[in-house]
Amino acid sequence: MTSIANFIQALTKYEFLQSALMTAIMVGIMSGIIGSFIILRGMSLMGDAISHAVLPGVAIAYILGINILIGASIFGILAALLIGFVAAHSKIKTDTSIGIVFSAFYALGFILISMAESATNLHHILFGNILAVSDSDMLTTAIVLCIVLTFVIFFFKELLITSFDETFARTYGLKTQMMHYALMLVLTLVTVSALQTVGIILVVAMLITPAATAFLWTDRLETMLILAAGIGVITSIAGLYLSYSFNWASGPAIVLVAAALFLIFFVCSPKQAFIRFKRLKTKAVLAHD
Amino acid sequence: MLSIKNLTVAYDDTPVLTDVAVNFNAGKITGIIGPNGAGKSTLIKAMLGLIKSKHGTATYNDQPLTAVRQQIAYVEQRKDIDLTFPINVLDVVLTGTYGHLGLFKSPGKAEKQASLAALAQVSLSDFAKRQIGNLSGGQLQRVFVARAIVQAAEIIILDEPFVGIDLQSETAIVQILKQWRDAGKTIIVVHHDLNKVTRYFDELVILNHGIVAAGATTDVYNPTNISQAFSTDLSSVLFDQPEVPQS
Repeated sequence: MTSIANFIQALTKYEFLQSALMTAIMVGIMSGIIGSFIILRGMSLMGDAISHAVLPGVAIAYILGINILIGASIFGILAALLIGFVAAHSKIKTDTSIGIVFSAFYALGFILISMAESATNLHHILFGNILAVSDSDMLTTAIVLCIVLTFVIFFFKELLITSFDETFARTYGLKTQMMHYALMLVLTLVTVSALQTVGIILVVAMLITPAATAFLWTDRLETMLILAAGIGVITSIAGLYLSYSFNWASGPAIVLVAAALFLIFFVCSPKQAFIRFKRLKTKAVLAHD
Repeated sequence: MLSIKNLTVAYDDTPVLTDVAVNFNAGKITGIIGPNGAGKSTLIKAMLGLIKSKHGTATYNDQPLTAVRQQIAYVEQRKDIDLTFPINVLDVVLTGTYGHLGLFKSPGKAEKQASLAALAQVSLSDFAKRQIGNLSGGQLQRVFVARAIVQAAEIIILDEPFVGIDLQSETAIVQILKQWRDAGKTIIVVHHDLNKVTRYFDELVILNHGIVAAGATTDVYNPTNISQAFSTDLSSVLFDQPEVPQS
């Protein structure tokens, strides 16, 4: 077993591990922030759907040799539009529409990937391989992080009001549909970055679990965003350590850490008050005796 | 003056409002009353452009209502609000300044001052830092009225503001409505409790898929119009008249 000291020593020695760490930190920040808006808008399922729906874009980008961000963005937005279109033009509710569209996109992507590349690559796309991050991957991730931060800083009040009270935003003339699709576009970019660390299947966990953990602990949106980003970073680093030390796939390692943190916060959260509740109950029992 | 002309709205070809034409005057509190499903909220949403209308226009001083959005404050029914959202009372009121700020500008000191002043007007200064889930229904409604104050709009529209709230909150809101009226604003209130109609509203629009009657409350709030819009039974109870046998 590798101790933490060994891990740190390896970090100073191996460049691939440094790249992995940098990428993990950046992905942790961006997914925590965007994930916060996803859960507040009640769009966890949509987050899952978009992250799966980018797969054909990833495959086509591989085949054509173009930047993976471009291919993924096109399919991510296409899926978001299609989901909206089906829900708006039929009796079908949004969650059903999401189910139809994303599974179709995912299936298409799966076949395209297996046609285009070896099985190893598919495995990495599905479950993440943070230890194989290249310099260009890292640069792309850094660009996405800049886009995410710029987007959230410049449109903070628009994101807040469309998440909290969309009707109100529409009455003062805000283009709420534009905000929705802008967020979906940023979400696809985050998905592509998170794909390297946790893989497509588990992206949703990176988006919603740290954000949900933060949500339990604060009543302010600004605090929630910072907390979610912080939890995302801790999760990613701990996951990377486990992945390196035990040779686990990085995706499942990171996601399990995220879930463990959520569990701890859930039990201790002031909003849940499990612990306080228990104490009161004990008191009540004593009083009864 | 806010004018609605030949407004028709249908949900899946079932007409909800047919050829509605009505005016709302400045310096008046106008109530919209009518039975359940009469299209009261639909009328409001259609004129705000929140739902599509088949045809018709809504204008304010001869300008399309959708072109003067900054002049409108709309207090929706509370039922759709996410009470777990991580936002406190002051920040909710602050969102009332967003429309005037436009893109890329954050609320600053002036906006914060205005929001605190509005909270004081609805007697909620002590609640500024509370998360909105920790308020009573009446307090929450006052928060949204405070947001409307901050919007500094000329037209204020409230949809069922008095449903499920305490008397203290109701009184506080009525006070604000009267201040707005005295400042010459156009105030429209969708309302369903007929008991307080004469006390609250200067003018009344009685609606049942179309306009039954509209005008000064003293003129239109009478047994004939109420029995036409609601039912003869309700009318006779409200106006305390023995039922006249039909001949």
